[in-house]
Amino acid sequence: MTITDEPAADTGVPETRSDGQLHRLPRRDAVLRMSEVRAAELADSEPLDGENDQTMLMNMGPSHPSTHGVLRLMLELDGETVIRSKPVVGYLHTGMEKTGETLTYLQGPTNVTRMDYASPLFNELVFSLATEALIGIEIPPRATWIRMLMSEMNRISSHLLFMATNGMDLGAVSMMIYGWREREQVLRFFQKVTGLRMNHNYIRPGGVAADLPDGWRDDVLHLMDMLPPRLEEYDTLMTGQPIWRDRLQGVGIISADEAIALSATGPILRSTGVTWDLRRDMPYLAYEEVDFDVVVGSYGDSFDRYAIRLNEIRESMRIVHQILEKMPEGDYRAQDAKVTPPPRARIDESMEALIHHFKIFTEGFKVPEGEVYVAVESPRGELGCYIVSDGGPKPYRMHIRGPSFVNLQTMPHMMADSLIADAVAVISSVDPILGEVDR
Amino acid sequence: MSDEATDDTTEAEELPEAAGPEIETAYDCPVTWSRGQKVIHVERDRWLEVAEALLADGWNMCVDVTAVDYLQYEAPRDLPADVAPERFEVVASFISHASRERIRARAQVPADDATIASLYRTYPGTDYLEREVFDLMGIVFDGHPDLSRILMPETWDGHPLRKDYAVGAIPVQFKAS
Repeated sequence: MTITDEPAADTGVPETRSDGQLHRLPRRDAVLRMSEVRAAELADSEPLDGENDQTMLMNMGPSHPSTHGVLRLMLELDGETVIRSKPVVGYLHTGMEKTGETLTYLQGPTNVTRMDYASPLFNELVFSLATEALIGIEIPPRATWIRMLMSEMNRISSHLLFMATNGMDLGAVSMMIYGWREREQVLRFFQKVTGLRMNHNYIRPGGVAADLPDGWRDDVLHLMDMLPPRLEEYDTLMTGQPIWRDRLQGVGIISADEAIALSATGPILRSTGVTWDLRRDMPYLAYEEVDFDVVVGSYGDSFDRYAIRLNEIRESMRIVHQILEKMPEGDYRAQDAKVTPPPRARIDESMEALIHHFKIFTEGFKVPEGEVYVAVESPRGELGCYIVSDGGPKPYRMHIRGPSFVNLQTMPHMMADSLIADAVAVISSVDPILGEVDR
Repeated sequence: MSDEATDDTTEAEELPEAAGPEIETAYDCPVTWSRGQKVIHVERDRWLEVAEALLADGWNMCVDVTAVDYLQYEAPRDLPADVAPERFEVVASFISHASRERIRARAQVPADDATIASLYRTYPGTDYLEREVFDLMGIVFDGHPDLSRILMPETWDGHPLRKDYAVGAIPVQFKAS
């Protein structure tokens, strides 16, 4: 298309201080910083003759089968080698944080659940935990354990989706069908519990929307029986297979220093050998009462990230088995009339219940003023929620720290000096969900 | 029984006074606790300096940078007495992997000079987060290598998360039948 002769893109500030983490990024020149305007100018300019070090600026996405939705990449190529790259995002931006300021705390989960649409229950969970931290209410044990069950099932379905798309991106198309097939089974369970396959609005401030339906235990056990042999199949199909290993091993390597400096979390951070999992290190819900291992890699390459997610499915199943044993009886939501709508039957008998119901759904409940940041370990890393309340029934400010958004920064570093085909493997292994990136 | 009651009341009266004058500080910044979470209130000019001190102290990851526009905030602000409230507040969250703790830093940024130092060189992971805050809240981060819009189109006017940003409706034409 055209050539670029941009100076090595980095700060204009000379590097005088080396005490920051910036010096831990040896490949920071691989981050392309070029505006659309500049790219358009270059597209119109004539290529210089007789220059050997000409590079090409190529656009990949936003609608490309391997870009997981609408991620767009500006790639600066030398032949088929990626020299610098820039992820361009915002194509799904719908101002959900702004919308969140106009919705009550009860309506909030409906909004946030649409962010990371592959693991919607985590969005609801983090929003609800933040709201509960502001109000200062305790939720009953059964609600906590239902939340844990649902989030671990969601982690399984999200990682299964990763298995499918990762397979598709790398040409293992059978894996795509298998991954979707298994995920569908988990979604059926979600449908039975929450009424919806995705965007459940199931976890709400104060507990969950409904108790688990009759026969849920059998459904979960059925899934837990179905999955292990299927995961064995994946191992046969991919893990030990030479083509698969060649395609992923040594591709998109990132060091622990780089991952920490770039604020990467989740499987990307763990693939570098850093044992950091919020479920273990800063336990929320009742994670300190279940036994599980944090899966880490050692090379920080795409294969490690694949293997970590595959084994995290197994660890999640281990947690689900313990939840099945320990699931307590009792209420599935807090019995706080200010926060929890009364049961339908009560409305017919009690004027007060009717008023509470009416007030909660028209005005919402008031949340004491203050600010709070709560984070959970989503399948993609640290999912944080920062809420500022002014004492009213709607958040004054609601910010979601999306792990996909922050993890996207690692991409240019992983792609530096690799082939375009490997860039596809890198995008896939970062596993960004663009709904969460753009919000 | 009555003795206990009097003891309780005297304790309750004494406690706030005892805790009152002694203001907790960290890095020479006043500390408050918000729902059990540690918050340090950093002066805008010391933003970078404090971040460097945090990094040197083992707070090895800056997980989040965001900002709040307090233009229409009517409740009292939960700030220490010697921190003057301003319209914008930049909020950064840090994690220490070694001690498994979190700390949050908040800095007041005035509306007429909405700039603050960029943490990019200290915590390069703030790159996109600061671009997002700039894009949506219009706060300029001094020293950021590429402070461009990230979520909105490059040609967009205004900063949508500001409270005075007009939230308009797009007229939708409905055709008769």
